[in-house]
This record gives sequence, structure tokens and C-alpha cells, in this order.
Amino acid sequence: MPHDHPDHHHDNHLDPMEARVRALETILTRKGLVDPAALDTIIETYAQKIGPRNGAQVVARAWDDAAFAGWLRRDATAAIADMGFTGRQGEHMQAVFNTDDCHNLVVCTLCSCYPWPVLGLPPVWYKSLAYRARAVIEPRAVLAEFGLSLPQDTRIRVWDSTAELRYLVIPQRPEGTEGLDRDALAALVSRDCMIGTALPRAPEAAA
Amino acid sequence: MNGPHDLGGQMGFGPVAPEPEGQPFHAAWEARALALTLAAGALGRWSIDESRHARESLPPAVYLGSSYFQIWILALEALLTRHGLLTPAEHAAPESVEPAAPHPRRLAGSAVASVLAAGTDYARPLDAPPRFRPGDRVRARNIHPRGHTRLPRYVRGHIGTIEAVHGGFIFPDTHAHGAGEAPQPLYTVVFDGAALWGPDAEPGSSVSVDAWESYLEPA
Repeated sequence: MPHDHPDHHHDNHLDPMEARVRALETILTRKGLVDPAALDTIIETYAQKIGPRNGAQVVARAWDDAAFAGWLRRDATAAIADMGFTGRQGEHMQAVFNTDDCHNLVVCTLCSCYPWPVLGLPPVWYKSLAYRARAVIEPRAVLAEFGLSLPQDTRIRVWDSTAELRYLVIPQRPEGTEGLDRDALAALVSRDCMIGTALPRAPEAAA
Repeated sequence: MNGPHDLGGQMGFGPVAPEPEGQPFHAAWEARALALTLAAGALGRWSIDESRHARESLPPAVYLGSSYFQIWILALEALLTRHGLLTPAEHAAPESVEPAAPHPRRLAGSAVASVLAAGTDYARPLDAPPRFRPGDRVRARNIHPRGHTRLPRYVRGHIGTIEAVHGGFIFPDTHAHGAGEAPQPLYTVVFDGAALWGPDAEPGSSVSVDAWESYLEPA
């Protein structure tokens, strides 16, 4: 698909933003303020290298290794760095664990704060006016739009990312996954599970 | 500022549209917009707080009527202009800008991976112990700063409980305006849904924000 391989030199559509951004890139490149190679590398990084499969590995390890889960609770930044996931928009990590009684949901009402090293760039809906407005006042109604209906006695805790702390939801391990290795466990964990708008897939559904 | 960005609890924006994984960009220009914003930020002329304030300072109708990466580009143009890196003449005629030698702080392609992996440490030491402890009841102050702030309107005036004390962090309200890092203790403060939304709250819901100490008073 075209957006998987952004190539500004061969894109002919007449979107005014396309022209505006291209003009800005031309100016900044000519002035020596940006290196086009750096732009290409940044895009490649977030389009192909850094995404929610990183976070899924963190969750799978937490399910599989109680000591790691404990470390994640105490010092998520260090525990996640141990897996090689560090840097921009993940400098100060917090892992929040779902329980039988409490489900966690992450939002940034003021902008779009999101844990990039473990989840990549946020999806459009996370940045949307609707999600930012509604997650704090009607989280159950929002979850229903994702097809997620939690028991009425499950409490919902919404984390509004108003500072530089970045939140990763650790969902509960599904039943029937005792024999699975970490790669198979990670395959059950979608991006939305780690934001709080979904639950992990059942193992038979992941094959 | 009480800007268009402060969306928590507003109504009328319609449903949320879920989206599959693996589509960070929806047009080629969105990818370039992200990359330009990060590369220009690496010049070190403004902080993340100043860039957030540039976005929320867009006229409300523009902010609410623009896509996410449109907001980023409009704010980037404003930041570049404010800091003398972009002039109206250049903007009008990009092809006539004379090529110049690389800026000393230009982010090189070869440095991208290490810069992104390093990030920016926003924690800072404090001169005094934090005022509040876990379990303390606090009120989010009823304040309406004209400049940048990270205290959402929907918690102002409401009482919550300190859940965690995170140590010192750069204070965005000063830092966004070039008025120094002025670090303060940062807390996670939890509010019952009913405290925020009254009888219209969903039962069993709670919301936390991360709040700097000067946003809070004992309750």
C-alpha cells in the first residue's frame, strides 16, 4: 500500500498538505537545517522497526516470568530497557496491570502522549478528538465501540497521560495458555490490549 | 490555557473508529511531517513543552478542524518562524532559498537511531521533599493560566487522592515559555468518576492525572 512506502518524489496527488510539507522540507534542507537522510531513517524506524510487537514481547515475558513482572511493577523503565526498548516518548515508563477487579485504559486528553518504544506511533483513533474527549467520562461506552464489554462489577481505571510518564497496560494472561512459549504468547497480545481497548485473544483464535 | 486541545469530558465528537495495527501514516506527507518535526526539534531551539503549546495555541476552529499531522505542521511552521529559522519570503518561494552549509546541530541520518534510542530525561533533582504523600487527599486547584499548563480543566476544583509520588520533573508551565525548568514533584492523583462527573459518571470508574505539585492543594 502506498502509505507503507512513503516516497515524496513520486507522489502526484494534489493534496494541499502534500505541497505544503514538501515546500517546508525543501526550505529546511536547503538551509542546512535538516538532512533528508535523517527524515528517511526516522520514517523507516517508525514504519517498520518500532511498533506494538515490542510491547507484546514485554507482556509475554511478564506472563512467563514472575520476577520480570515484579521488576516491571517496580521500575518499568529499567525492566523494558532490559529488553532493548528505550528512548523517545518512553523515557519514564509505568506498567499498569489488569486484574479480575480492575481494567486499565490509557488516554492523553491534552495531546497524544503514547509509549513509542513499546507501541510505536499512536493509531488515528487514539489521537482523535472523540477518544480524547470521551475516554475519561464514558470509558465503558468507548470500550463498547471496540467490541469490549466488561462485567458490570469490574472497575475501570483511566490513566490520563498528562506528564512525561508513559503507560503500558499489562493484560491478564488468558486461560489455556500454559504450554505456550513467549512468541506464541506475544501473538495473543494486540496493540489495543496494551492501551486497554481490547483483551488478549484466546489461544485457539491466534493460530 | 483553556484551549481547544483540553478535550476531556467534551461531547459531540461522535464515535471512536478502531483501526488495525501497522498503519502509522495515512498519506506520504504525514510521514514527512512527523520526520520534519522530529528533525527540526533536534536543532534544540525549542522544548517539547514549547512545541505542545504551539499546537494548542492554534485558533480553536483551526485546531478542531485539522487532522493530527496538519496540526503538527502548522505548529512547526510557527515554531520555525518564531525562532528565526523560517521567513515569509522563504515560505513564499522555497525553490529560491540559497543552499547553505549544514547547521552545526543538524541531525545526521547516521545519528537518528542513537538519538531516538536515547530520548530525553525529563526527571530532575529537587531541593525540598515533596509536600504530599500517598493517600493524601488533595484538590486540583481552580486555576486558569493564560499560558501552557498540563492540568486538564475537567479535574480543576475536584478532590482526589495521591496514589504515587514520582520525584522531580521539569515544570511544563514555565519550560514552554523559556522561563526555566523549575522542577517540581510530580504525583499521580486519582479521582472517583463520581467526583468528576457527578451522577452522570459511569459506576465504578476512576480517572488519574499526573500533576505537578503547584497544581494541587491539601483537601
